[in-house]
Amino acid sequence: MAKYILKRILTAIPMVLFITILCFTLMHFAPYDAIDAMTNPRMSQETINLIKAKYGFDQPLFIQYIRWLDGLMNGNYGYSIVTKQSIAADLSVRIPNTIKLVLPAYFTAYSLAVVLGLLAGSRKNRATDKLIDGFSSVGIAVPSFWFSMLLIFVFGYKLKLLPFVGMNSVGMESSVVDFLRHYIMPFATLVFTFLPANIKFVRSSTLTQYSEDYVLVQQAFGASRREIMFKHVSKNVLLPVVTRLGMALPLLVTGAIITETVFGWPGVGPYFIKAIQGLDYPIVMIILVLSATLVIIGNLLSDILYCLIDPRIREMG
Amino acid sequence: MEENNKNHAVLSARNVHTTFHTHGRSVQAVRGVSFHVEHKEILAVVGESGSGKSVLMKSIMGLMPDNAEVVADETRFQEQELSIMTPEQLRKIRGKEIAMVFQDPMTALNPLRTIGYHLVEVLKRHRKMNGKEAQKEAIEVLKQVGISSPEKRLMQYPHEFSGGMRQRALIAMALCCKPKLLIADEPTTALDVTIQAQILELLKKIQEENGMSVVLITHDLGVVASLSHRICVMYGGLIMEEGLTDEIFYAPKHPYTKALLRAIPRPQSGSRERLESIPGMAPSLASPPPGCPFAERCKFARETCNEGIPQYRVYSDTQRAMCIFSDEELSAMEKEVQ
Ligand SMILES: Nc1ncnc2c1ncn2[C@@H]1O[C@H](COP(=O)(O)OP(=O)(O)OP(=O)(O)O)[C@@H](O)[C@H]1O
Ligand SMILES: [Mg+2]
Repeated sequence: MAKYILKRILTAIPMVLFITILCFTLMHFAPYDAIDAMTNPRMSQETINLIKAKYGFDQPLFIQYIRWLDGLMNGNYGYSIVTKQSIAADLSVRIPNTIKLVLPAYFTAYSLAVVLGLLAGSRKNRATDKLIDGFSSVGIAVPSFWFSMLLIFVFGYKLKLLPFVGMNSVGMESSVVDFLRHYIMPFATLVFTFLPANIKFVRSSTLTQYSEDYVLVQQAFGASRREIMFKHVSKNVLLPVVTRLGMALPLLVTGAIITETVFGWPGVGPYFIKAIQGLDYPIVMIILVLSATLVIIGNLLSDILYCLIDPRIREMG
Repeated sequence: MEENNKNHAVLSARNVHTTFHTHGRSVQAVRGVSFHVEHKEILAVVGESGSGKSVLMKSIMGLMPDNAEVVADETRFQEQELSIMTPEQLRKIRGKEIAMVFQDPMTALNPLRTIGYHLVEVLKRHRKMNGKEAQKEAIEVLKQVGISSPEKRLMQYPHEFSGGMRQRALIAMALCCKPKLLIADEPTTALDVTIQAQILELLKKIQEENGMSVVLITHDLGVVASLSHRICVMYGGLIMEEGLTDEIFYAPKHPYTKALLRAIPRPQSGSRERLESIPGMAPSLASPPPGCPFAERCKFARETCNEGIPQYRVYSDTQRAMCIFSDEELSAMEKEVQ
């Protein structure tokens, strides 16, 4: 198994490299580039060339890429074109804020989804199932920004119970209560966003398990509904469920872009959106590379988890 | 005949009907079947694929999905009527008094649980053993079904067992509680021929050792010849003929039974006799013919065959066949044809 995992890691590396190349070239061929952002048409060609030389844009593309990649690996993510701030410094504040929001929300949503999905799947076509499955169908169709608007309208505007902009009120940065009051609505929105698809996933793998022969065999040997559920089906359902957790890794960075933007949460979301609007290419590139890399690492993690849990794979290679 | 047999019947069922309701259509998989299983006997239920053998047994065990409707005049196991039992009572019988072995050993075990777990659970559930006792007993049972180094095997997962080994493990699971009745639903269909023979021998051995009754479902008349005491021949959701093994093999009465017998290879006869397949296809159970289900493929069929399901003709204390013609009439017709 160690050999298999090693092999998977080794194949992941060229994939990450490929992604960086892709991001870099795409951004290079985009219609408006960093030089356009830093210069204006009234400048003389010499000035433009000087600026180009200063940032290394006079080098061949290949060299530019290598230098950029080298920077990435050394934690030097470059500077924003618009604000001239270090991207690494910005992200080191923004990403923790996003994680603070996404991680608890995802775990809450996922735990709820496991319970509700198992419940629905074990009572196929009964009232409980129809209710839960109906909820998740509707939930998938409801856009998260609409749901957050609804929350803001009811709790922020009508009832005036909760603040709905930012992470802290001005001057109350150290107050936990104040933070929590800001936290509730974006958190609820995210839970609601993550929940439906996960319920569907757990429910459908539960249904698959219930249609397996071994369930009928267990019935034929006098196992009760509870025994079948807790001693057999739930374990088998948890296999794909735990495996899916790895896939959620990129959400830690890009899982809340819309919600954060709506609530003005100082995470990656508004930063990314603003960078796109301002054609701030270095930032867009970094975030794309980061999230794509997390997708690959997440998949790798899933595979490794799968190996560790499933006895059929555990003993192999 | 009926009364006499029932005195030592382990299981007896009268007039079982099973209908599936799916998407507003109904499929009548079992259409009024009566049979019984005697003490310490092996009863073979033989029939083509789709004739309703599995559905019949699952109906009696209460293992049908929600969309199936089971109606019967009687389903009696020993002295208890199964159809009036609560699900809770029925559960206590399943696996303990009546055990079942299924067709496909590859999918019958939970892939994420060890073989030992499967056995120990049954022992804990029905024999109220604690973990240690159950472990010990599981090893004993595995030995009984011919699995070598059972201590090691117990810790293994299903994927580490071959098909034949898995079927042995499932038989071991069935033996855990020393059931009165073992229902084996095509236990060898998914296995290759040499393994098939071993498993059948094993069934015979444990039946004798434990004094159980066995219902052996199969679509292969050939395999039951040396094994079963009696045979029920099923077709289109009905029992076409029932009799002692000798009666079925040497004095079959129903045209379908005769056709089936001509379709099994007989190496011992030595002749290069041609195998005859039965022309035509089994009738659809969604809209079954009103009369004899075999009429469509039967060379003796007459108009009258399609007027209602025929009555059984009783040929001996143990043999009966569902055909409007008697044996003599059929022989006469056969001569006419030639
Ligand atoms: N869950 C179900 N829903 C609808 N129809 C079913 C269901 N299970 C079985 N049937 C139908 O009942 C009929 C009898 O099936 P059954 O499984 O008893 O056949 P069988 O004699 O055991 O055949 P085989 O030798 O292939 O196992 C078939 O025509 C099948 O289509
Ligand atoms: Mg079957």
